[in-house]
Order: sequence, then C-alpha cells, then structure tokens
Amino acid sequence: MTTTAVHGGARNAVSDSLTMIGRSIRLSRRNVDTLVMSIVLPLLMMSLFVYVFGGAINTGTQYINYVVPGIILLCTGYGAASTAMSVADDMTSGMIDRLRSLPIRSSAVLTGHVVASIARNLLSTTVVIGAAIAMGFRPDATVTDWVLAAVLLLIYVLALSWLAAGLGVIAKSVESASTLSFLMLFLPYLSSAFVPTNTMPSFLHAVSENQPITPVIETVRGLLTGTPTGNTGWIALAWCVGLLTCSFTFATWLFRRRTHG
Amino acid sequence: MIVEATGLHKAFGSTKVLDGVDLRVAEGTVFALLGPNGAGKTTTIRILTTLLRPNLGSVRIAGYDVVREATKVRGVISLTGQSVALDDQQTGRENLVMIGRLMHLGRPAARRRATDLLERFDLVDAMNRRVKTYSGGMRRRLDLAMSLVSQPRVIFLDEPTTGLDPSSRTTMWDAIKDLVSSGTTIVLTTQYLEEADRLADRIVLINGGRVAASGTTDALKSQVGGDRLDLRFAVEADVARAAALFDAPRGTDPLVLGIPSDGSAKHLHRVLDDLRTAGVPVVKVSSHRPTLDDVFLSLTTTDRTSVQV
Repeated sequence: MTTTAVHGGARNAVSDSLTMIGRSIRLSRRNVDTLVMSIVLPLLMMSLFVYVFGGAINTGTQYINYVVPGIILLCTGYGAASTAMSVADDMTSGMIDRLRSLPIRSSAVLTGHVVASIARNLLSTTVVIGAAIAMGFRPDATVTDWVLAAVLLLIYVLALSWLAAGLGVIAKSVESASTLSFLMLFLPYLSSAFVPTNTMPSFLHAVSENQPITPVIETVRGLLTGTPTGNTGWIALAWCVGLLTCSFTFATWLFRRRTHG
Repeated sequence: MIVEATGLHKAFGSTKVLDGVDLRVAEGTVFALLGPNGAGKTTTIRILTTLLRPNLGSVRIAGYDVVREATKVRGVISLTGQSVALDDQQTGRENLVMIGRLMHLGRPAARRRATDLLERFDLVDAMNRRVKTYSGGMRRRLDLAMSLVSQPRVIFLDEPTTGLDPSSRTTMWDAIKDLVSSGTTIVLTTQYLEEADRLADRIVLINGGRVAASGTTDALKSQVGGDRLDLRFAVEADVARAAALFDAPRGTDPLVLGIPSDGSAKHLHRVLDDLRTAGVPVVKVSSHRPTLDDVFLSLTTTDRTSVQV
C-alpha cells in the first residue's frame, strides 16, 4: 500500500513547525543539564544575590526588590545560550541532512529550537519569581504591569534566542557554540541589573547606560516595583524589536547560506 | 531511468571534486557507487538528494529536476547518511513518528507506519527506550527504518555498513535485499568491493571525480580479463621458454607466467600436455578468477594521474 501525501503549502508549514517544536521541547525536557540550568540556576542566583551580595549593596531600596528583574534577565541569557548548543548539535550531526532531504521547509528546525527556548525561559522566570516571593519580594504591580513586563521580556527572550540560533548555525562545534554565546551571559553584569550604574567608572557607566539590557531591566523594575521609568519603556521596546529583527534576519540568512549548496 | 545525472561538475573553491559524472539508474535495481576515499561519492549523493547544487550538469529523479523541483524530489527519495541521524533523547518510536509527521502522513498513519517498521527491523522490544541506550547495530537499523517511513521510490545509502561488525553488516545486507525485492530502487556508496559485488546490479567506479568504469559486476570483471592460469616454474629460463610457447607476456613475478584461460579442464590438459611435449617442467598450477579488487586496483592506479587537477 502506498500512502500519497501532499507536500508544501501553508498548512504543512505550520504542522512541520509544530512537529519540530514538539521535538525540541521533548529534547529540552529530557536533557538533564538544560533542565537543571532552568531550575537550579535561578534559585542559586537568587540566593547568591539576595543573601550573599545583597547586604553589602546599597540601592536605596530593599535589595530583593531591586535585583529580581536582573536575575530574570541573567537566567534568560543562560536559557537562550543553550539554544546555540542545540542548534549546533543539529547542524554538525547528520540530523540536518536528514531534515533537509525531507519535503519540508528546513528552517522549521530553528523555529523548534527557539520556541523550546521560550518554554525553558518561561519555566526559569516562573522559578525566579516564585523564589523571589518566598524570599520576601513584594511587587506592587497591577495586572496590566505584569502583562506589559511579560510582553517586553518575551520580545527580549525571542531576540536572544534567535541570536543564539544564529550563533549555533555558524559554530563549527557544540563547544564553540557555547563559547560564542558567552557574551550574552556577560552583558547583564555590565548593566544596572545588580548595582546602580552611577558607582561605575565613567567609561563603564557610559557602556552600561547605553546597552540594551539596562533599559529592559529598568522598565521591568519600574513595572513590577513602581520605580519611575520615564521613557525607558520605549527605549527598551525599540532595542528589543530592533534586536529581534536583526537576530531573526541574521539567523535565517545564515541558515539558508549554510544549507544551500 | 529513475535517476538520470548528466555531466555533474562540482568544485569547492579551487578543489575540483566532480569532473563530469554521468549516472543512469533503472527503477527497481541496486546501483553502487564504488570508489576510494575522496573519490567524490558523498558529493555525488548530496547532489542527487538535493542537498548540494552542482556547478554544471543536471539531475532528474523520477522525472523531477533536483534543483528546480527539490520539494517534489524530496517527496520520493530518502537519504541515510554516513553518520547516523537520530535523536538520542527520543525513543525509537518517537523518532519514527516524527519523520512520519514531517512526511505529512497524518498522526494515526505516522503511528501505524512506526509500528510496522519497528516490527520489521526487530526493534519492538526497544521501541520505548531512548535511542542513547541502543547498540551500534540497533542504531543503524533504526536509521534505515527512518528512511523507509515515507515509502520512498529511491533510497540513497551513503556507506551503509562502514564501521559495522560482520554480523551487523550481514543483517544490513539482508535488509537492503528485502527492500529491493519490494521494488524499491537503491543507490548506495561503498568502499567495500565485496558489498558492491553482493548487492549491486550495476556498479559505477568513480575515482578522482570521474567515472572510471561502469557496468554489471560481471562486465567489470571481464574488463580486467577472464580466468587465468598461473604457472609457476623452478627457474627463470623455463618461464622464458613457456612464454615463447604460449606467446604470453611475462608478469611481475619472475617465476610465474599467467596465461588466459576459459577455466575448463580441457584447456588445463592441453596446457600441461604442451609443456610436457616441449620438455618444460612446471612446478605448480593455479587457476585465478578476477575479483572486483582486480578491477578496482587496475582502474584506480592507471587512471589516477590523468584526472588529478
């Protein structure tokens, strides 16, 4: 008996993406390292900053209220960085050839990894907020504030995940993918995530004030704890949308270039 | 012809990998691309399976052009590459269902197909275990099963048994023979002459990016000559007298003379009678059938210089 199937078309494109998303989420769920990273790391970071460093850092408010947005962004960096490794794993194993020899749009493999990254980040963000509340974090945000913060974080995580996917495509090995994504993990430290930037030397101060993470953090902090945000919300949104556009274009262009003989 | 490749050229930078390869594969047959490492086998397979575009030349698979109608080609072929392409963290069953879904079979059909294949490849006991726990032979079997999900008309196997132990290799060969008996066309690459000899209806020998020889295994063997009698003598003077007697050229071994034969007992008698009549004592006689190794060696050594770029 032969089964004839029709290939191509929008419906199949959606179903291919869903299949690849299901695959990537299953792989993330079964990868112990990734799972530990998504759950244990947020807990460790929260404890470290609140109980170890927090007492010595003067932010003019309860430190836990100050630091939560920073920890969320730090953990999303880790969550997105593992996207680079899973993409590199597919690109350097025989998997990409198998997928490309199927009648599907093979970039669905990237979509799968990016959506799995969103799911992992959702988990770790929930862990951060849960742990924060247990440690004494008392946000005074309205439902609208929460939704706005969630939307901004979603765009930010999408941008980072596509960037990581692009790095995974150019990496020559899984190890080099992990090295390439290191910068994404380092950037939050050079921002207002953990300490106010006005104590930094003037050069670093300028860097941290003008890098994308500071406005995102200031906005999330403002939405959750009621600190004034001014126009940083718009700056943060502009950064995130801009980054997303660039990283998406970058990743899909690289993928096409790498996979079109 | 289900596969028709004409004048394939491919270069990576200044390195010429394919320099005008033509292939024709009839439906329902096994076709082997044979050649040493670096001959261009994998590049050819990648072009035939739409993964790589040729610089020059064209390929039609089941009538579809591999460059312009790549999606249609992908709908009728499947590829099993050199490295096993499986998700270690998915079970055998999940891997198969995933491919079924990507081949747009629909969920129930994809599941049914996975079950059929797991039974056929003797993987039912392991189907709900993650692939990372599978042995090398099981992984290869599952990898081949992945290629069959879509019931492809042409299956491409790139070095299907490289690195397998002898018993897994035999299992793989049996699986391939089963496929052929169900009417599937198979294009495989191999470095092993024995493999090509066992499986293939037609062989193309490529070397240095060119077709060095092609034909059925028998035709290739007769290309290096038919059966031969090797006569061993005690001294070189006898070799010279025998060479004059049979008008045969001397070989590389100074004490051995090879003469063409039809392999019959009658011919052997006549040769021995002639030698006795002429008074040339022969020490040992052996009959030699050419193997594909002979074909391989004679073609890859003589042609090498002419194709290097």
